[in-house]
Amino acid sequence: MKDASYIERPNRPLHIYALFYLAFLYVPVLFLPLFSFNDSLYISFPLKGFTTHWYEVMLNDQPMFAALMNSIKVGLASSVLATTLGIFGAKAMTRYRMPGQKPVFFVIMLPLVIPGIILGVALLILVSRIGIDLSLYTVAMGHTLICVPFAIVTLISRFEGFDKAMEEASVDLGENAWWTFWRVTFPMVFPGVLASFLLCFTISFDEFIMAFFLAGTEPTLPIFIYGQLRFPAKLPGVLALGACILVVSFFVVFFSQWLRGRGAASSTAGV
Amino acid sequence: MYLRYEALRGYSLLLPTILVMAFSMCVPFAIMVVVSFWRQHAFEFDTAFSLANYGKIFQNPLYQVLMARSLAISGACTIATVLLSYPMAYYVAFHVHRRKLIWIILMTLPFWTSYLLRVFAWKIILGYNGVINSGLMTLGLVEQPLEFLLYSPEAVVITLAHAWAAFAILPIYVSLEKIDRSLVEAATDLGDGPVARFLRVTFPLSLPGVIAAMLMIFIPTVGDYVTPALVGGPDGMMIANIVQVQFGRVNDWPMGAALAVGSMVVVAVISVLYIWVTRKVMGRIV
Repeated sequence: MKDASYIERPNRPLHIYALFYLAFLYVPVLFLPLFSFNDSLYISFPLKGFTTHWYEVMLNDQPMFAALMNSIKVGLASSVLATTLGIFGAKAMTRYRMPGQKPVFFVIMLPLVIPGIILGVALLILVSRIGIDLSLYTVAMGHTLICVPFAIVTLISRFEGFDKAMEEASVDLGENAWWTFWRVTFPMVFPGVLASFLLCFTISFDEFIMAFFLAGTEPTLPIFIYGQLRFPAKLPGVLALGACILVVSFFVVFFSQWLRGRGAASSTAGV
Repeated sequence: MYLRYEALRGYSLLLPTILVMAFSMCVPFAIMVVVSFWRQHAFEFDTAFSLANYGKIFQNPLYQVLMARSLAISGACTIATVLLSYPMAYYVAFHVHRRKLIWIILMTLPFWTSYLLRVFAWKIILGYNGVINSGLMTLGLVEQPLEFLLYSPEAVVITLAHAWAAFAILPIYVSLEKIDRSLVEAATDLGDGPVARFLRVTFPLSLPGVIAAMLMIFIPTVGDYVTPALVGGPDGMMIANIVQVQFGRVNDWPMGAALAVGSMVVVAVISVLYIWVTRKVMGRIV
């Protein structure tokens, strides 16, 4: 403790703690890919030997591919919808001074903290009272609801990042609002739009609870996986599938967060 | 006049978003509250106003036990997550100087990957023949698998603490990052050691982040369904599991709606009280 005046002096115990914390975050998840290559029906040590058998099992699983397609459809629909709504919302929130903006923002953010089961049950009751049959459309509706807060937060940081004067200049030079949006605003916020789209797609793709309540006869991938968990013989196949999903979502989310963070960083630098 | 015009344009731009959110959130909530006052008769709803469902909630100790347990598990998980995440957020805010973005992404990345798969991962780690038990037996440290690992409230707390880590790290990190470094230096110059400096300057200034993190973890975890269903066992069942049963096997939707509304009210009351108390305490500190 010879020099306490610098708060940002290296702190070895804290550094070690940070590494342990990252291990706590990542190691549990890494057991899925590890055991997916293990040549045994049982998920336990000692490891028996290397095999790609479980991946072959997965590739020959027709219901799995049907569920995958359903998840992709729902993911595309809800991420496009949520991002579109997010663009409207983020532009309104960052470009106009509106009385009552804070409460409105608060309400839009609510799905972030409301438990999935409550939203799922409430939507299930609504849908059945109106008389709509449960289907992939109802799942997409639920997923849009939970994706909008993430889309808005992602896009607001991007909209805040560029100078309003650019849009004003475009209008002054004679462009109308529509073409100003497409030729000035949209290209500037595009990284944010892409980040929001990827993030929403991942959220929808992985979402289970609302899909569980709102899906009809066509399961999404998480519902399919949940159904498989009851059968011990199916578990290694789930491991292989889970490993694939994890790897893809890690890359997609890393890319989307990088896009978003880079946008925010360059904006604080005044670019 | 100009402001009104601007607000009008802003709101017309915001209108589609507000409409969609209102239709898919506020309307269903309103209907759910209405349905909770109905009763189920075989496959039909009896739409006469009745307090019977809420009466059952107050009379049947099962619901109260499950609600109390949900609150206890969420509370434990909230405290554990915040305690574990605070040093990590502190590390990134004060000791990481380059590539902060990569660290932040690394800390939050698991949060975006499949929740179901992360819970499943804990199931295979804590299971009777799981990673920990089979690992310990292979190493010869235990003779018998440890049975208490899976299907217990503790398993639920561990799994939830892992799953919601990002919700604790981000708000705490943001509040730590915002602290004016010259305040911390001033404390040092005036003779505070590292511990006193942390307790008297850094920690109080980071409290808004801690308070936000606690709410953001507590509220959603009370209603968690997947974790207790997969790793909780009978002793780790929570209120959401009984809600699901009403919509599934039991097929008593009004009862399920009443339980959902009831648990929301309990959580809302606790959250409002919590915000009120922390405001008072914060007001006294600052």
